[in-house]
Amino acid sequence: MIETNAENIKREVKRKKNKINYSKYGYYFILPFFITYAIFQLYPLLYTIFLSFNKYIKPAGGAAIGPKFVGLGNFVDIFTNNRAFGEFTLGAFENTVFIWIINFIPQILISLLLAAWFTDKRLNIRAQGTYKMLIYLPNIMTAASVSLLFYTLFSFPQGPINILLQKVGLLDKPFDFLNDGMSTRLIVAFINFWMWYGNTTIILVAGILGIDPELFEVAEIDGATSGQIFRKITLPLIQPILLYVLVTSLIGGMQMYDVPKLMTRAGSPATNAIRTVTMYIQELVGTGSKDYGHAAAISVLLFIVTAALSLTLFWLMREKDTEGQKK
Amino acid sequence: MNERSYSRSLKISRFWINFICVLLCILSIIPFWIMFVNATRDSASIQQSISLLPSKYFFQNAKTLLDRSSFNLPRGLWNSFCIAASSTAFAIYFSCLAAFGLIMYDFKLKKAAFTFILAVLMIPAQVSVVGFIAFLMQINLMDSYVPLIIPSIASPAVVFFMHQYMKVALPIDLVQAARIEGCGEFRIFNSIAIPIMVPAMATQAIFSFVFSWNNLFMPTMIINSQEKFTVPMMVQILKSDRYRTDFGTVYLGITLTILPMLIVYAFLSKYIIQGIALGGVKY
Repeated sequence: MIETNAENIKREVKRKKNKINYSKYGYYFILPFFITYAIFQLYPLLYTIFLSFNKYIKPAGGAAIGPKFVGLGNFVDIFTNNRAFGEFTLGAFENTVFIWIINFIPQILISLLLAAWFTDKRLNIRAQGTYKMLIYLPNIMTAASVSLLFYTLFSFPQGPINILLQKVGLLDKPFDFLNDGMSTRLIVAFINFWMWYGNTTIILVAGILGIDPELFEVAEIDGATSGQIFRKITLPLIQPILLYVLVTSLIGGMQMYDVPKLMTRAGSPATNAIRTVTMYIQELVGTGSKDYGHAAAISVLLFIVTAALSLTLFWLMREKDTEGQKK
Repeated sequence: MNERSYSRSLKISRFWINFICVLLCILSIIPFWIMFVNATRDSASIQQSISLLPSKYFFQNAKTLLDRSSFNLPRGLWNSFCIAASSTAFAIYFSCLAAFGLIMYDFKLKKAAFTFILAVLMIPAQVSVVGFIAFLMQINLMDSYVPLIIPSIASPAVVFFMHQYMKVALPIDLVQAARIEGCGEFRIFNSIAIPIMVPAMATQAIFSFVFSWNNLFMPTMIINSQEKFTVPMMVQILKSDRYRTDFGTVYLGITLTILPMLIVYAFLSKYIIQGIALGGVKY
């Protein structure tokens, strides 16, 4: 078909007109997301930040006190540590981080080990599909139910764990696991480990499988052992994924609620050792006399920590990306 | 190392690795197994010994459990289902909508919008819950399912996933062709984009549903009336004094609350594991 110049120009202009015409649809399509986000997430976030600078208490049956502006008062309460609130807040952060660490270290080590084994072509572990399916199972189960299960398994005096340990000879008499701070922390950490190491393993396996197999072949030809290959090739190349796992685990860990909540026995001295940040926020705002100001201040701290972690992750990953592109 | 001793040491390694993996699998299963077994035993035997074989008290425990009116499991299951299904449907559909908007159109705030979504991706819901609750009290929306469902319209993580998938899966020519035929943008989205996104929607639907079902924190903050309790909230009822001496009943209760997700996993484990692998490799 022979076209004249004029027709060409007309088509160009029409095409440009079409492009400009459609762009407003971009706004339409993303509108539901942003409106909903603005109302239900952004506004509450801003309101929380606002409340953190206020004193706002709603006693159980009475009229509200506040919101009354107190500047950094709530934060000062947290860090001066001499009022009960400060103690509990810093304690909650300490509990949360401590439990996360004793959960995460074994988790990452075992997951790396399993991932190394599952991706080793020489070893060729054929049952790995089944293994993955079974170790991932605890992750899907409702955490509240799992926690109550363990709560019951560790019951005193004659729960299954006590029975087992006595039978095997590790205990002479029943031990009240849930009455002791450290043992309860360990149980909570173990539950988290047990629920999440399958997930971590699968992610790491996927990451390792993304490495160019030629690198492995060349190393094998050069006579490298599995251990050397893992240390010198695999580990450095999956750094972005390790980072991702670390940060998402930490952010998830900061939100720990279901497990410690269900493991708490009323009146147990262990309660102070496993009260996590989210648990404390719920205590302050959920029942009885509601203390919005202080709860908001804790939330802001949590936000700062989470945001800092996210930003660190993004910054570190972006570096890796550009390095990859340079090659 | 010669061929034969190399292959032998490989076999030995393989044996021990499989052995350890089997132990780990047992570790993942045994708490559930004990739970099932104890759900069929009576309190007295539970306190005396561990058994790996079921007993005969299943129906007795069931009767005790369901007799106590505060543990209305069918109601709880229905509640959880309504909330999970609705919020999943909203999350999936509106995330595709947003992803479509970000991919198909060039507009001034496009980059800002996308960066915003990335930025808020990892902010947990907990940090804004205080303001959220105070806000709900002001507009009188406490003790309702609305604040548990509607916010799912804005799910940054799902939008991100759909965006990555759609970028690759949606042929822009198809959309252009439909435009030439006179199709409206929204209709193009519903009849062309959505069918293409079905695999991604299915994967995300599973995770979204499971997450919503298992969520304890948000419903606890918002719901007060017992008849509106979700399944995780009902687990807490099992912990109360009422059941302190009825161990078999407690185990049975836990079993019943775990059953839904167990069934989901039994059918969908392959897709779930695939989805996890997909989600992690992007980085």
